[in-house]
Amino acid sequence: MRITQGTFSFLPDLTDEQIGKQVEYCLNKGWAINVEFTDDPHPRNTYWEMWGMPMFDLKDPAAVMYEVNACSKAHPNHYIKVNAFDSTRGWETVRLSFIVNRPKHEPGFGLVRQEAESRTIRYTVHSYATDKPEGERYSHDGTGSAGKR
Amino acid sequence: MAGTGRGTIKEGKERYKAGVIPYKEMGYWEPDYVPKDTDVIALFRITPQEGVDPEEAAAAVAGESSTATWTVVWTDRLTACELYRAKAYRVDPVPGSPGQYFAYIAYDLDLFEEGSIANLTASIIGNVFGFKAIKALRLEDMRMPVAYLKTFQGPPTGIVVERERLDKYGRPLLGATIKPKLGLSGKNYGRVVYEALRGGLDFTKDDENINSQSFMHWRDRFLFSMEGVNRASAASGEVKGHYLNVTAATMEDMYERAEFANELGSVIVMIDLVIGYTAIQSMSKWARKNNMILHLHRAGHGTYTRQKNHGISFRVISKWMRMAGVDHIHSGTVVGKLEGDPLMIKGYYDTLREPRTPISLENGLFFEQDWASLRKVMPVASGGIHAGQMHQLLHYLGEDVVLQFGGGTIGHPQGIQAGAIANRVALEAMILARNEGRDYMGEGLEILEKAAKWCSPLRAALDVWKDITFDYQSTDTADFVPTPTPA
Repeated sequence: MRITQGTFSFLPDLTDEQIGKQVEYCLNKGWAINVEFTDDPHPRNTYWEMWGMPMFDLKDPAAVMYEVNACSKAHPNHYIKVNAFDSTRGWETVRLSFIVNRPKHEPGFGLVRQEAESRTIRYTVHSYATDKPEGERYSHDGTGSAGKR
Repeated sequence: MAGTGRGTIKEGKERYKAGVIPYKEMGYWEPDYVPKDTDVIALFRITPQEGVDPEEAAAAVAGESSTATWTVVWTDRLTACELYRAKAYRVDPVPGSPGQYFAYIAYDLDLFEEGSIANLTASIIGNVFGFKAIKALRLEDMRMPVAYLKTFQGPPTGIVVERERLDKYGRPLLGATIKPKLGLSGKNYGRVVYEALRGGLDFTKDDENINSQSFMHWRDRFLFSMEGVNRASAASGEVKGHYLNVTAATMEDMYERAEFANELGSVIVMIDLVIGYTAIQSMSKWARKNNMILHLHRAGHGTYTRQKNHGISFRVISKWMRMAGVDHIHSGTVVGKLEGDPLMIKGYYDTLREPRTPISLENGLFFEQDWASLRKVMPVASGGIHAGQMHQLLHYLGEDVVLQFGGGTIGHPQGIQAGAIANRVALEAMILARNEGRDYMGEGLEILEKAAKWCSPLRAALDVWKDITFDYQSTDTADFVPTPTPA
């Protein structure tokens, strides 16, 4: 399966040039970029690992691209996304967020149903990746995880 | 003792002598009045009967929407009546509409109960619309003082928090209303929910008149719809939702349905405008308490918002609903099948989304409005829109909007999932192009055609719908033409 979180997941994977242009758009808006990665893309896994701090003072898209590429190199088989934070009063939140790297094999999710009273069902979305401990996920296809290549 | 026509307030004995005197002379016309920052201001479009002085008509509207009755009453003198009287302070002829006038009326803050749309509207639109001395009356706009806004909860969730809960940023959200509106069984209904969300939409929606009819009772609809929502969420890794319409005959029924939706893990519930302002505020409080997004379908508004000479402008309804506290409200598409002039719709959208709106006569905004940090409402564009219009929708409506493609998803020749994919691909391609700095309005069709080369559902959608437009004249349009400023 292909996880479709983020603003551009229905498009073919973005090229470096395309990513650069989106980063430039964000910087022109005065937003701060950060890079995050995870091996548990559950839809409600809000806190992916931060690849360093948000780059508040960077103005050059090339410098952001350097960090994106460094994160991809360190975590080639993780989900990596680029976020842009807007500190304007009334927003003070993420304004753009898109995936720039994903594992070669995406195991996806199962839906666990717990049958409750009067036909009610309690649903749990289960991330298959989390069947293995952190650091050992996605290793079956030989690419390993962070720092294990 | 004929009136001077200047609105002179006579003093004491003379003013309060039993009998009938013009409203202007009772103190409801004060051309020198300077509205206070804490005043509520209403702008009415008045069409007086033949022979009725426009200032007297404005004074009458001010009187009847505040303290007055048709005759003098001595009991006024037991009160600080000058304060409680609304004051008409300005009357302008409507440009290009002979016989119509814009009347500005100021109301002291103490005339209104805190946090109650019902109380506000009982004054402002309570009696005056049936008044014999005027042929027609329309409430065009209102200025709400910050002091008053601070007594309202506002949207329970708001755009920012809704996006954080859904983890969806930087693009309009996509929805679809399940069709046919009526007649599907719960199981068939849930199938459409699943297919549309699985394909790539963020939301599906009950229609305004889906409640609990014989073909599908509400519990069945909720259970089957939530199965569809959760299956689609697991299949995509995204948070998804279905607007479960909890509109019902009584508050007790609505609370019961909303509680059940909450128990099933729905992120959103829905109500119709026809339930009334008090019920809307009750549901808003409930939604804030239960972490629920509250969607409002503006069912019924066309009966009083559409005609220019009589009723209430939708921008006023938008203001009231932001105060009453809804998270979504249908506010027009510009390009779809329902009434909506682009300039007017910009006025509604700004009213719902901006922290502050300046005066903008061409957009129907007569007052500067500071929203006092009340959260932003997400406008919803629904009705006769399709993927081929994506560039126009983005241009007119911006990115903080829910685009609802009902027919444009479910009517896709390759099926519902394909319809959803077409919409999502068209949207993401357009956002990508916009962010890259391309002239996406000018190159819109080109951008879509290019994406359709690798996305066959989009190809099919463009082939079926690309020539479908709804070009009819709007009835509700601006009275002021933007004047080009010399360069």
